[in-house]
Amino acid sequence: MTQIQSPLPGTFYHKPSPEEPAYKAQGDAVAVGDVIGLIEVMKTFIEVKAEAAGTFASYVAENEAPVMAGAVLAELDD
Amino acid sequence: MTISRLFIANRGEIAVRIIRAARELGIHTIQAYSEGDADMLAVKLADEAICIGPAPSKDSYLDIAKVVAAAQQTKADAVHPGYGFLSESPAFARALAEAGIAYVGPSAETIERMGDKVAARQAAEAAGVPVVPGSKGRIGTVDEAAEVAKTVGYPVMIKAAAGGGGRGIRIAADEAELRKLAPQAQAEAQAAFGDGGLYLERAVQSPRHIEVQILGDGETAIHCYERECSLQRRRQKVWEEAGAACLDNETREALCASAVALAQAVNYRGAGTLEYLYDSARNEFYFIEMNTRIQVEHPVTEMITGVDLVQEMIKVCGGEKLSLTQADITRTGHAIEVRINAEDPLMQFMPWPGKVGAMTLPEGEGVRFDHFLYEGYQIPPFYDSLLGKLIVQAPTRTEAIAKLAAALEELSLEGLKTTAPLHKALAADPGVQAGDFHTQWLEPWLEAGNLTKATTGGAS
Repeated sequence: MTQIQSPLPGTFYHKPSPEEPAYKAQGDAVAVGDVIGLIEVMKTFIEVKAEAAGTFASYVAENEAPVMAGAVLAELDD
Repeated sequence: MTISRLFIANRGEIAVRIIRAARELGIHTIQAYSEGDADMLAVKLADEAICIGPAPSKDSYLDIAKVVAAAQQTKADAVHPGYGFLSESPAFARALAEAGIAYVGPSAETIERMGDKVAARQAAEAAGVPVVPGSKGRIGTVDEAAEVAKTVGYPVMIKAAAGGGGRGIRIAADEAELRKLAPQAQAEAQAAFGDGGLYLERAVQSPRHIEVQILGDGETAIHCYERECSLQRRRQKVWEEAGAACLDNETREALCASAVALAQAVNYRGAGTLEYLYDSARNEFYFIEMNTRIQVEHPVTEMITGVDLVQEMIKVCGGEKLSLTQADITRTGHAIEVRINAEDPLMQFMPWPGKVGAMTLPEGEGVRFDHFLYEGYQIPPFYDSLLGKLIVQAPTRTEAIAKLAAALEELSLEGLKTTAPLHKALAADPGVQAGDFHTQWLEPWLEAGNLTKATTGGAS
């Protein structure tokens, strides 16, 4: 199990925009550098990228949830 | 009615500024805050505070029903909206009026009218305020466009009369180019909007942004001179001055008189700002829009005039007459404000919501730092990045820049990355020192690599 942590404090989004599906769903293959979500910090959106490869297990932080730096956003099965 | 319980529907440095102004007037202060702002400085300073909802602005500071309910619950008799959030919302002003609470700003009708660009332009023209020269209305043919362009003066901007959003905009330097571009613009407008009608106005080249501060009590309006805010990045002002050194006195007086004429014509109440483009090659100014609220950069005006704009707006919105006449407003020296944002200018202005460590703030005659920081404060990531504003005043512009550079050296905010290195580099730049800039100056300057670790000594 690999955890993806938030690089910054902010608001976490699962989707690129409200109308679109989440970046990843359970069972999706994740490669290094894949975008799994967005962090909104001070009105700027920053992409959260996977630093390890694996299979997407689930989001841990909810969509639109406030998160602190280091908070676990999602988990991958190795 | 005199205001005795003021509700502050804002956050950050402007909330602190409003509390200080109200306290000096003997007014009880009530600070609104979101769950993300429970430990902000304004909450600590206010006489009382009330939580209005979760951290996201849309669920707290932008929620009209929640803000009005909180103001009622705390028995506020007036609300100060600050800037941003609900400060230019006619619906908010109306909801407060219905609740019997005074609004520190103009009437909902004035906010609505001046917030509509077309209506504001019409009001300006009716008051004799110059606007960007253009066609009176829709242009149907290329010959007609060439005729109008001759009177307006080249270069001209051709826009689709229908729609907006920058589609179909072209700039023609002369008649030959206009005759080539106008049919293309017409075809594009026809395809995009089903209407090939065009609108034409002069393209102001390398304009400066100049604005006039006004105050009104609903009957009388006065001005507190102008500011120049041409140094902008992504349409955000980063460095502001009072006055505009590029203006001669005759132009300055005409500019300020035009602002008073418009404010008077709409029976303006409160503090407001009229924004203009200034074409220095032609020595002409054109009204572009009005902001019906206090502005971020108001302190530079306060520094050169000695007027407390926030106190004045509270007093007139409580029903008092202006305490000053135009003859009371004089200018002394030159003032500069720089915005200290929680961004790393050496990393593409990446936001940096850190925790405030040891703070050393510049002090002394003619130095002011408006902010909402304290040691140990964790800056919340949910709002904009403005941390504070460093403001200096000196007898001349050259001395003001030197004072700014010294104050920036003195300023130290451990634990944060801020835009202070940008301002140090700007203060040292010969173009800035000569006042030789315009609204499209800063971005190319940044792209050209003028801001590097070397120019700022590697320090932040």
